Amino acid sequence: MRFMKAILAAGLIAGISGLQAIAADAVPKDWPAIEKAASGQTVYFNAWGGSENINAYLEWVGGEMQARYGVTVVQVKLDDTASAVAKVIAEKAAGKNAGGSVDLIWINGENFVSMKQQGLLMTPGWATSLPNWRYVDVENQPTILTDFTEPTEGLESPWGGAKMVFFYDSARTDAASLPDNAVQLLDWAKAHPGRFSYPAPPDFVGSSFLKQVLSEVIDDPARLARPVDEQRFERDVEPLFAYLDQLHAVAWRSGKAFPQNYPDMKQKLADGELDIIFAFNPAEASAGIRAGELPDTVRSFTFSGGTLGNTHFVAIPYNANAREGALLTANFLLSPEAQLRKQDPAHWGDPTVLAMSKLPQADRAAFAALDLGVATLTPDKLGPVIAEPHASWMERIEAEWRRRYASGN
Amino acid sequence: MNRAAGQDAVAILARVAVVLTLAFLLLPIAFGLLGTVLPAFGYLPALGGTTFGLEIFRALFATPGLAAAILLSFVTGLVATALSLGLTLVFVAGFAGTPVMARLQHLLSPLLAVPHAAAAFGLTFLIAPSGYLIRLVAPLSGIDRPPDILILNDPLGLSMIAGLVIKETPFLFLVTLAALPQVDLASARRLAASFGYGPIAGFVYLLWPALYRQIRFAVYAVIAYSTAVVDVALILGPNLPGTLATRLVQWMNDPDLSARFLASAGAVLQLTVTLSVLILWRGAERAGGRLLRFCRDGGFRFAHDGALSILSLISVGAIGGTFFAGIGLLALWSVAGLWQFPDLLPQSLTLRSWMSALPRIRDPLLTTLAIGLISTLAAVLLSIGCLERETATGRSGGERSLLLLYLPLIVPQITFVFGLQLLVIGSGSQNRFLALVMVHLVFVLPYVYLSLAEPWRALDRRYETIATALGRTRLMVLLSIRLPMLLRPIMTAAAVGFAVSLGQYLPTLLIGEGRIETITTEAVALASGNNRRVIGVYAMVQTLLPFLAFTFAALLPAFLHRNRRDMGL
Amino acid sequence: MLDDNEAAGLTLEAVDIRLGDRRLIAISHSIAPGEVLTVMGPSGSGKSTLLSFIGGFLDPAFTARGGVCAAGVDLLALPPAERRAGILFQDPLLFPHMSVGANVAFAIPPDIGDRRERRRMAADILADMDLAGFDDRDPATLSGGQKARVALARVLVSRPRVLLLDEPFSKLDMALRVQMRSLVFGRARAARLPVILVTHDDADAEAAGDAVHRIVTDGGGNG
Repeated sequence: MRFMKAILAAGLIAGISGLQAIAADAVPKDWPAIEKAASGQTVYFNAWGGSENINAYLEWVGGEMQARYGVTVVQVKLDDTASAVAKVIAEKAAGKNAGGSVDLIWINGENFVSMKQQGLLMTPGWATSLPNWRYVDVENQPTILTDFTEPTEGLESPWGGAKMVFFYDSARTDAASLPDNAVQLLDWAKAHPGRFSYPAPPDFVGSSFLKQVLSEVIDDPARLARPVDEQRFERDVEPLFAYLDQLHAVAWRSGKAFPQNYPDMKQKLADGELDIIFAFNPAEASAGIRAGELPDTVRSFTFSGGTLGNTHFVAIPYNANAREGALLTANFLLSPEAQLRKQDPAHWGDPTVLAMSKLPQADRAAFAALDLGVATLTPDKLGPVIAEPHASWMERIEAEWRRRYASGN
Repeated sequence: MNRAAGQDAVAILARVAVVLTLAFLLLPIAFGLLGTVLPAFGYLPALGGTTFGLEIFRALFATPGLAAAILLSFVTGLVATALSLGLTLVFVAGFAGTPVMARLQHLLSPLLAVPHAAAAFGLTFLIAPSGYLIRLVAPLSGIDRPPDILILNDPLGLSMIAGLVIKETPFLFLVTLAALPQVDLASARRLAASFGYGPIAGFVYLLWPALYRQIRFAVYAVIAYSTAVVDVALILGPNLPGTLATRLVQWMNDPDLSARFLASAGAVLQLTVTLSVLILWRGAERAGGRLLRFCRDGGFRFAHDGALSILSLISVGAIGGTFFAGIGLLALWSVAGLWQFPDLLPQSLTLRSWMSALPRIRDPLLTTLAIGLISTLAAVLLSIGCLERETATGRSGGERSLLLLYLPLIVPQITFVFGLQLLVIGSGSQNRFLALVMVHLVFVLPYVYLSLAEPWRALDRRYETIATALGRTRLMVLLSIRLPMLLRPIMTAAAVGFAVSLGQYLPTLLIGEGRIETITTEAVALASGNNRRVIGVYAMVQTLLPFLAFTFAALLPAFLHRNRRDMGL
Repeated sequence: MLDDNEAAGLTLEAVDIRLGDRRLIAISHSIAPGEVLTVMGPSGSGKSTLLSFIGGFLDPAFTARGGVCAAGVDLLALPPAERRAGILFQDPLLFPHMSVGANVAFAIPPDIGDRRERRRMAADILADMDLAGFDDRDPATLSGGQKARVALARVLVSRPRVLLLDEPFSKLDMALRVQMRSLVFGRARAARLPVILVTHDDADAEAAGDAVHRIVTDGGGNG
């Protein structure tokens, strides 16, 4: 027991250090003071590190931040965002309420809700006070203000958009045979056994697929905007699991194994193991072709009834060490320049969160001039957005999925 | 200069080294286990856990699929160990003392230095339905699409067992070879043959019991590793459900607070599972011993068991072949352009993957080198201190000290490193690097000590007697006689230590809190992107580093002693 | 008062070495400078432990009592490195990582600090042993006889108080053995060193010529 107390005491002492330009509970407004305090800071940006493209983009961000503000940005490459959340939890557990190891975190949905509910995030409203917030497309992208139906309240700053898009190889698969909704997809899978699958939850692309199907097959889609009703849960998800039971029978490896994630599916499309795959980024197919990972005959399609879409964000933990540096970085990530590069498929290819109408003329022209790539659908062909269900659904259907399919029975 | 003082200095330093070694080995394990066990029973004050109870275990056992996960860890660990040991036994029994053995020793040694993850990836590139083996037969059988068959991640864990056997057999093989000089191989072979025993039966009857006693802790380490491994299980193992250890890592990373408690309880469960396999194994040891005595006393000669050794030769050859083919495929993928099934070669070769990775490899590479070199240097100095103490007192500490050394390898890593993380964070120390070096030392030290101990003891002590009689203090004798004469084994031990440090994934991830990036954490993080080209690049770097370390370890003594023929052995 | 010879020689006083309950050696003897005491006994009788005891290398498993005095100095009071009890084993045991010259120079007492002087001394004694120009050679390239002579040169140059010989001729072939015996004993006599020779070869004892102490193992022994 004494040892645990010693740990906690030591943690508290270590926490009382570091100069702060902003109080922990105030909305940061004094921008020159923030810039001054940020100079020389090191921002530990916890972001999924599984993509070389994204890592290279963050490398560029680091270079710009260093040159402009003297801020060092270090990407802490995660294989799962949850581990950064776990770190902040561990720090809170150890009483480390300042000087934390996570300064900025790439986040959305479940992880955001979790951190918000446990009070692990910096002051509400900081995000909407960022100078570059004025460009943000809050009018047309509702997912910027509600992350998985959870109000963002300025606790996280939007970084990019995402929308579910399907890919196929036109050299192997006839475009006319492609499905246009989840039910047709099941029929297609029955006609082409072993050629479709989805990543096993909790991979987020895989979980998104479950939500896409659920949104289409649930009796009353409006229920998804509200938290799970325990009384009705079984009945609500019954159509989803009936769908999956049928799908697994004709899926890749007969549903006894699943791809790990999108890159795994991409490889399997290239190998010819899978014929239809999907991603949460419309530019993925073009990027894959450019990298020599996919043949240049790969093309995209979506469902005319709509596919799942959301926004991803950056957030600052309550105990961040380099608060000012993190704020500056978040603001830079929102700048037209950074967003343009992010949407450029040569670098990343993520849809921007900025409104073209709010941008200066030159920036608007630059966005219009982007070559999105041969396999990328133009924004007008992406189809309607189906909003993410309330975060509680994801947790519950993941658990239910695991109970049914991953219990070794 | 007082010479007596010089002598005392060595004695004191050696004694300090022994104390430090014990502290560095045992304290992290003890504190780590404590940090894991307390939350498992509900005690983690800052998260609201202030009372002790069994609720968490109740919640743990209510987790769906837990029984299957436990069974999977249990069975894969047991089967992988049994297969590896069996293969080692039959092979050594069949070929010890023959030229085949010496040649295979050189072939299998590199396998030990390559991190598990790289070897596992190599295996997947080979045996997957879209892998190279099927590509090879595709033109013959008219396959133009990868067959929809479940080879990797199979529910029974067969490919995971294969991956483990590929790495653990060479380990047991080399440990057995190291113990072999302590038994009288040649005369036992002659004796057994003259009575008409088969070569394997004779070996097992006459030598195996003594040999097994020497290597059994290594076998226990294999059990612990195989039952609790994370990276190999993620790459090759089943995921519906995964093994217990992979579930643990999920819980450790779960954003849901209560999962931290669950992870602690799971870690305690993991410890129990590993212990159960160990206990079962101990029982099997006894039963095996009885069976052996029964066969021996019954005079069963198995005169024609030579066929079995041919089978083991083929198996060991297959292991080596699989490994090197896997590494070759990793290399090829790292420079591949578009490479579609069932092409045997990429449509184009490109350095694109290397060019985009190299700038980002630099920093993790420097960190890897720094951690590896510092922990290895510390391990070498401590091992030298302990061995010098042994030389001075004439006591080797026997079985008990051997068990101490193997302890970090027998207690599953995941069960105490998790608890250590809390300790490191809680200490408020900003010096994660130092903490990480110390945790690496826990795993580096045993390997360095074990590989240095044999050559150290084997050195003819009369050299030191002569040097002392010529008026040199113990320190001088150590520095001018013993250490230079042992330069080669010291360098080899250091290379082993470096390779061990290089391969550490879980401790680096947890203690470094993701802020300290090494080649291995980068490789596994990027592996989550499952890009074969990127995996190829990092796995090649992971493979090349230990190779360079061993090459340097061989070249430095060769250079320094270039005109000294007797040092070239 | 001790006479000159005794003061300069080696005195073993009631030396008694045991392994557990078994007594291995019990001896009292004085060896004058230039004289040889030959200790004979069957292999395994523990005769070498006497040399280890004098040199300070006795394994802690043994218990030993008695006094050892060389040139008036109580050896047992000194740490092994200061006893200067030169020793030759049946193998030449040249340090394999050093050149022949470095092997010899290693033995030169530290009071000769000048590097060039040390190298010259090593070269001189090597020349004295008919090994002129061997300084830079790798010991591994030497013949058995040459190695034995380097080993002798090495021990002599260290200016020992006593010379301890642990069956140093047993591995040499017949012709070489005769040659080395006369060389070693001749040099020891010339340097007025008290010598203890441990052997099981009667010819060694004959060649030494002086006193012989025979070890009889407890319980009758087996020859």
